[in-house]
Order: sequence, then C-alpha cells, then structure tokens
Amino acid sequence: MSDIETFEFSEADKARCDEIVARYPEGRQQSGVIPLLDLAQRACGGWLPTAAIEHVADRLDMPNIRVLEVASFYSMFNLKPVGKNFVQLCRTTPCWLCGSDDLRQVAAEVTGCGLGETSGDGVFTVVEVECLGACCNAPMVQINDDYYEDLTADNFRTVLEALKRGETPDVGSQTGRTGSEPADGLTSLTGLGAD
Amino acid sequence: MLADQDRIFKNLYGQDDWRLEGARRRGIWDNTKALLELGREKLVEEIKESGLRGRGGAGFPTGMKWSFMPPEDRRDGRPHYLIVNADESEPGTCKDREILRYDPHTLIEGCLVSGFAIGANAAYIYIRGEFYSEASHLSQAIAEAYEAGLIGKDACRSGWQFDVYLHRGAGAYICGEETALLESLEGKKGQPRLKPPFPAACGLYGCPSTVNNVETIAVAPTIIRRGASWFSSFGRENNTGTKIYSISGHVNNPCNVEEVMSIPLKELIDKHAGGVRGGWDNLQAIIPGGSSTPCLSKSICDDVLMDFDSLREHNTGLGTAAVIVMDKSTDIVEAIARLSHFYRHESCGQCTPCREGMGWVYRVMQRLVTGDAEIDEIDMLWDLTKQIEGHTICALADGGVWPVQGLIRHFRPELERRIVERKTAAGEPAPVAAAVAE
Repeated sequence: MSDIETFEFSEADKARCDEIVARYPEGRQQSGVIPLLDLAQRACGGWLPTAAIEHVADRLDMPNIRVLEVASFYSMFNLKPVGKNFVQLCRTTPCWLCGSDDLRQVAAEVTGCGLGETSGDGVFTVVEVECLGACCNAPMVQINDDYYEDLTADNFRTVLEALKRGETPDVGSQTGRTGSEPADGLTSLTGLGAD
Repeated sequence: MLADQDRIFKNLYGQDDWRLEGARRRGIWDNTKALLELGREKLVEEIKESGLRGRGGAGFPTGMKWSFMPPEDRRDGRPHYLIVNADESEPGTCKDREILRYDPHTLIEGCLVSGFAIGANAAYIYIRGEFYSEASHLSQAIAEAYEAGLIGKDACRSGWQFDVYLHRGAGAYICGEETALLESLEGKKGQPRLKPPFPAACGLYGCPSTVNNVETIAVAPTIIRRGASWFSSFGRENNTGTKIYSISGHVNNPCNVEEVMSIPLKELIDKHAGGVRGGWDNLQAIIPGGSSTPCLSKSICDDVLMDFDSLREHNTGLGTAAVIVMDKSTDIVEAIARLSHFYRHESCGQCTPCREGMGWVYRVMQRLVTGDAEIDEIDMLWDLTKQIEGHTICALADGGVWPVQGLIRHFRPELERRIVERKTAAGEPAPVAAAVAE
C-alpha cells in the first residue's frame, strides 16, 4: 500500500469544510483542524496520507508541521493505511475484568490478524485501544464508527464473521439492552418514560 | 432510595424518545425563558446555594466557578464562552454518554441557562471523537433547538442570543483536562496550559471561559426550576444532590443509575447492580470514582458512603462516581497495571515527570504482576509515585500514580507474596517480606 500522491476534498466535502470553519470566530479557522482531518481521513479510506495533511494545512492557512503535529498526537488519526473494518479492542481494566482477553483471541482467529496487523485481503485491521467509555456494557469493541457492546466470545465471533461476509451486523448491545440499564430488570425509572 | 419523580435524567436508559418532542414531554424546555428572567446573579446564587459540585471528577463548587466570570458591569468587550466537557474518557466512566445520546436536550437547555448565567452568547460542546452516534444525536438535537427558536438569535424569546456548537475531538484522554481541551479546541495538540491565568480570565481564544462537565450543565435547569433547597435536600452537607453512578466490573447487572449523593456503596451495588458476582463476601476491591481514584479493600467498602468527604477520609475520592468492582478472582495487580498502561499511553508528553515517570511506573508494575522484583522495589515504586505527584502542570500524572499508591496501601502482602513465591520457585533464598515481618 503506497502513499497517495495528491489529495483534494470533493465538492461536497469542501462545502462541509466551510460549514465547519464557520462555527469558529473570524480568524480562528485553525479550530477546524481536527474536524477537517477527520473528513480527509474518511475520504482516504480510514487513514491520512501526507498529501491530505498538506491539503488541510493549505485550506486552514496553517504550516504543514502544525497539522502533522495534530495528526500524530490524536489516536484517532491513522498515519498508515488500515483495513475496511478497523477493529479496536478495548483493553482497559473495566473491559478486561469482563473478558476482553477472550475477544482478542476471537479477533485473531476470525481475522487472522495479530495486534496492529491488517489482513492480507484488506478486510480487517485489529488494534487494542484504551477505554472507549462504555464500561457498563463491557466488554466492548469499536469497529469503524460503531460500538459493539455486551460482547462474549460467541457473539463477537458472529459479528466478525458477518463483517467478513460483507454483511452489516446490528450495532450496539449484542444482548438486547437498549442502553446501560440493569440487564435483569429496571431498578429505577420504572414508571416514567417507559412505554 | 431516590424516587423517580426526583430523578433529573428521566430517559437515562433510552426507553423514551430522545428528540425534542419526547424531551418536552419530560419537562425539558418548559418555560425556560422564565429561568433566564431571574437574571445572571440570581442564577449563580441559586446554584451556589444548591451545593452543586462539578460532576467531572474534581468536585469544584459550580456556582463559585461561575462567579469567577466577569460580571456585566466589568465586561471589557471580549466575548464570554461556555465550554462543555464531553470528552468522557476516565476508565469506568460512561454516564455522560447516556445523557448525550438519550437526553441531549437536558444538555442543550443547560447550555442556555448556564451560558446566560456566565454572560456567554456561545457554547462549544467538546465531545470525544469515538462517540460518533452520540455526537449524531446531539447534533440533531441542536438543530431541533435552533428550528424551534429555543436557541439562536433570540433564544426562547428572551432577547438573549445563544449559539451552541458541537466540536468532535479525536481520541486523547488529556483533552478532558480543561486547559488541554481549550488548546485542542483552538486546533492544537491537547497539552495543558499553566494556570494562572485561569480560564475565567483567559480561556478560549484568550477570552473569559467556563469549562464544565456534561452532567453539571445538564442538571442546572432542573435545580433552578425546583429550587436549590430541593437539590440540597439529597445527600450530606457539602455533598449534596443527585448523581449518576456508573457501576462496572464484577457485578451481576452493570449499569448507570441516578441516585442520591452519599448513598452507601454497598447499598448502591446491591440495589441497582444486582450485587457483587458471587455475593458481597466474594468482593476483593473497588475503585470508587473512576480509574484515577485509589482502590478500596472490602472492609472499607462495607460501610463507606459515596460522596466527596467520606471517600476523601479513606485516601481516595468520588471522582466521576464510576464504581469498578473486582471480585476475588481478579488479579488485582494486573488490574492496576492495566491502568498504569493507560496513563503511560495518555500522557501528553509535556512534563518530564509524567512522560518518563508513567513509563517507569508501568514497567515496575509489569514485573510486580509476575513477582519478578525485589521487595524493596515496592518502596522504591512508592517513592517514585510521590516524586511524580504534584510535580506536573496538570493532574494526569497524579491520577496515574494514585491507583498504584492504593494498591500498595491495601495489597502490599499480595505484592510481597508474588515476589517470595517466584524466588522460592527459582531456588533463590526467600527475602524477608516487610509485611510478614511486621
């Protein structure tokens, strides 16, 4: 996988860039650097080639190094190509207590990827990440933009196999919870809001 | 137990419609104009009286923070900003996520009321980048609020202009630190600023700014509506109100739940989380307030109250009220070592004690997991954490070493046992363990 020589936003993305920059006061367009890098990363299939970083710098009238600095500081920006499904396994204590090690094993079996690796067919990249903030639905995994929660070795295998076949599995809790309510029945909010 | 009608977050579990129509049914945006008509001073006064303390971890009194903003007669022409910290990343903490995705209008109404109280015409909500669907709900809710005239040029027909902007981060725990958040919002690396100047004097773009947690802002309108005395009737003095607790780890039913402040930890877990897996006696340790707060051994958990002062007495803190439960099957050393790994990864690299120290701490912790260490290295590690603590610009490093201190404080015999066992297995002379010698 080689670097991309040139990069330019699509017309639709250019309009979105303008919308983003308009959220900040006059002369403070640099505030838009993270959202613009995010747009660029989406346009490039999940990573930021140098050409995209330079294009964002041009657009925001920033030195290239300042944009590169941001791109390398924040963990959501990938400076190398990734697979179609970017699988991020949460490894921090609350998920680990609930069995995140099992999920890493399943990910290796289904995708053939060790941590930090991309499968030969480009379908998966698997990485471990720090806490993703869904600890009451642990263990959980983020794949691209979506959270998959309340995972077990079995239901995670089902999710990954569906993705492998090119299907779109249901996101969110894999055990049918709406959010972070107690699984065995509500202990509060029983008379309000519920249908 | 807190009654449902006294719960501020009535759609915490997403059973009802999160959009404007559902929110209005739950009483949000109910004559918000009348709240603004109370005036800036009265709003700040009411929040002060309610005893509300920041819900993002530090527990600073909210009304006092608001009062640091320049009053109307001392404005110098610079705009004021309200910044909402939705960069929820403290391991164990997942409460703001529920507000953002299932009750976003509580937050937007809170932005207007709090923003007005500090003289701001704009709020920026800085949400962690990974919360993609949460950001999507929030941005749709903001659009609904504009459309309905609740915010915008003449917010709620109050004559006050108020804009709310959503800003997505990109994965950096440090951006939950308020000045790192401001740097990030200005389009830079998220590295904390030296204080003073504090944000109220010189914050976003050098203008007076107040940074508050999502939950803090979202509860403000209800406090004003129902009165400071209603809010302060819950919990103990100096620890008032209701609070969302995140209960994770080895409990039968992990959940978020809004409860009164100062609820006994055991009652919280038994009532809402279905108890500790295998029963209360199967409990080994609990981290009471998110990863930065030192763990507690079972004997303390038996009767400790969940509030700032009670937990402070036990050398830990309420933090974000994220309760991480560990039963007897847990490798407690590994559990804390994973947190050391977290802080090493999240150090922004600006201050040497943190950048280097978090790595040292993690490497020693790794060896303590397997017992591949000397007994006196436990003391060395303790000293190291004391040399790091308080010697950096922000509190990330403090939060990184406190869990290790908690481990040594409560589980030193376990650390020594592993070292002795490993040496014995290798045929080396067994060292004298201090904990055993005592």
